[in-house]
Amino acid sequence: MFRSKTKLLQLTVTLTACAFLLIPTLMSVLAGVTVNYFKGVSSGLTFKWVLNVWELYADSIFLSLWLAIACLIVTLIIGLPAAYGLARHPGWLSRLLEEFISLPLAVPGLALALALLQLYGTLSGFRTSWTFILVGHVLYTLPFMVRSILAVLAAMDLKTLEEGAASLGASPWQRFRDIVVPNAMPGILAGALTVVTLSIGEFNLTWMLHTPYLKTLPVGLADSYASMRLEIASAYTLVFFVLIVPLLMAMQWASARAQRIAQ
Amino acid sequence: MTLNLTTTAKTFGDGTKALLPTNLKVNTGEIVSLLGPSGCGKTTLLRIIAGLETPDPGGKIWFDSDDVTDLPVERRQVGMVFQSYALFPNMSVRANIGYGLKMKKLPKADIEARVSEVLEMCQLNDYAQRAITALSGGQRQRVALARAIAPRPRLLLLDEPLSALDAALRETLRDELAILLRKFNITAIFVTHDQNEAMAIADRVAVMSHGEIVQSGTPEELYRKPNSTFVASFVGSAMHLAGEINGSKLKLKGGEVSLPADGTGCEAFVRAENIQINKNGSLSGYVDTVTFLGTHYRVGISGVISEPITSIFSGNKVPKLGEKIRLTIETQSILLLPSKA
Ligand SMILES: Nc1ncnc2c1ncn2[C@@H]1O[C@H](COP(=O)(O)OP(=O)(O)OP(=O)(O)O)[C@@H](O)[C@H]1O
Ligand SMILES: [Mg+2]
Repeated sequence: MFRSKTKLLQLTVTLTACAFLLIPTLMSVLAGVTVNYFKGVSSGLTFKWVLNVWELYADSIFLSLWLAIACLIVTLIIGLPAAYGLARHPGWLSRLLEEFISLPLAVPGLALALALLQLYGTLSGFRTSWTFILVGHVLYTLPFMVRSILAVLAAMDLKTLEEGAASLGASPWQRFRDIVVPNAMPGILAGALTVVTLSIGEFNLTWMLHTPYLKTLPVGLADSYASMRLEIASAYTLVFFVLIVPLLMAMQWASARAQRIAQ
Repeated sequence: MTLNLTTTAKTFGDGTKALLPTNLKVNTGEIVSLLGPSGCGKTTLLRIIAGLETPDPGGKIWFDSDDVTDLPVERRQVGMVFQSYALFPNMSVRANIGYGLKMKKLPKADIEARVSEVLEMCQLNDYAQRAITALSGGQRQRVALARAIAPRPRLLLLDEPLSALDAALRETLRDELAILLRKFNITAIFVTHDQNEAMAIADRVAVMSHGEIVQSGTPEELYRKPNSTFVASFVGSAMHLAGEINGSKLKLKGGEVSLPADGTGCEAFVRAENIQINKNGSLSGYVDTVTFLGTHYRVGISGVISEPITSIFSGNKVPKLGEKIRLTIETQSILLLPSKA
């Protein structure tokens, strides 16, 4: 009797918390497809606002997608060799380097952005280019890529596997291509999804770095709430969800898989 | 292929002298076992031959008339079987075995044909498409061997290939491995710390201790004519008869025995099967333990020397615990070995 009571309590608390989080979200999404928010759903449903968002903010959406892909490519090019190097040469120096790469995680996005602005803000060509935001995103997401790959690599006997391949005639490059990359794939996949999700959703840092002509998806969202009709801003939220939720779910799945391998 | 190693040594970065300057020759088609206790440098020697470890300056490694000392592992054409097998988890059994052939850039049809041939030889036909993770320990061991052998290496190197298996399986696979290696007709070096394994598989055994090869010979030679107290006790566990040597007489706690020669400066060793329980024997002792081993009994005896000794008994009048018995040790079976300085 006592146990079922505590269970009931737990369930109630969980459901209340879920409702607390979900109801405003649902309201917001619903507002995005209602004809007139102040009159309520009875005023009818429409896709007008969503189309409006598309007209007004398509550039932001494309910029975000473009940034995420560029960020993914850069973090892969830097992160994969870095994780491989760290895994092949374990020791205090590698641990120090790993901590160093992870430093941007501990620094608030705002501070990171200020540092970037201070350092490069005067290089006008760079300051106004999308690559400026890209640098910020790479700094912020690189540790996730490196750690995700490193966890998977550290869980296997990479040295002996490579020695096995070498004894069969594989050159260092062939070893990397045939043994290291395929076996690191779950980590690479989890890292890639994390990087893309974080890059698309990043606000703090991007808000500091953006210019009026370079607004990303979340910056555009803030802008729409500040300057547009509530219905448009709500429709924007809907668009944002449609983009980010599948990514989030894929990321959860890939990370869980990589973690199982790393154990 | 003939392998020749001259004054090859290895000192690790931290100063560990894992291998003292060593010479080793392995003839074409010969299977040599490196036998020795843990930490004596067997793996180090094997890895130097493979090219996975660089020897100290001065050492030279020859494959036939080629100096391979500076050749990296991927160009030495050696087959390696690792203790942990190091099979590629991202490839099927077939792909693992074919990997070395692929690296040789052979035509696809040739690769397929050779892989099928090796699968057949190693009785792996039923597992060709399996993932590595879906194999048992014994099957993995065979895949590791098949993978090493498929590209027809000049030399096959095996580092404790059976040690990851449980005892029963180890014995079956030991004989299987001996047969397979003969079938491949390959020059091979086999590392183990198990003397039974070395004797079952190798044509010649090189016994190692503290970074050097202390004796090398056929299993019979090592057993009958060990050149040191270490080899005598490590191969076939000979027992040290600690006592007082006086010319060709040896005085023990439990009596006196004659030595085959003047034993001055030597230590006397004997093996369990050469100690007989015999009521007319010149030695006396007490029965401590009797262990039934199917074909014979192993009898532990105290009072002959200060340590207990072991005898093999295969008669039907089994000695009783605590019984006082008499023993003989055949003079000719006593091994006289120079005492350690
Ligand atoms: N990379 C290394 N750095 C420093 N010392 C090492 C290294 N590898 C091995 N050693 C040392 O060299 C010695 C010989 O090692 P090795 O691995 O060759 O022994 P082994 O005969 O194969 O032993 P086991 O039967 O336990 O495998 C040991 O004392 C070991 O600690
Ligand atoms: Mg070893």
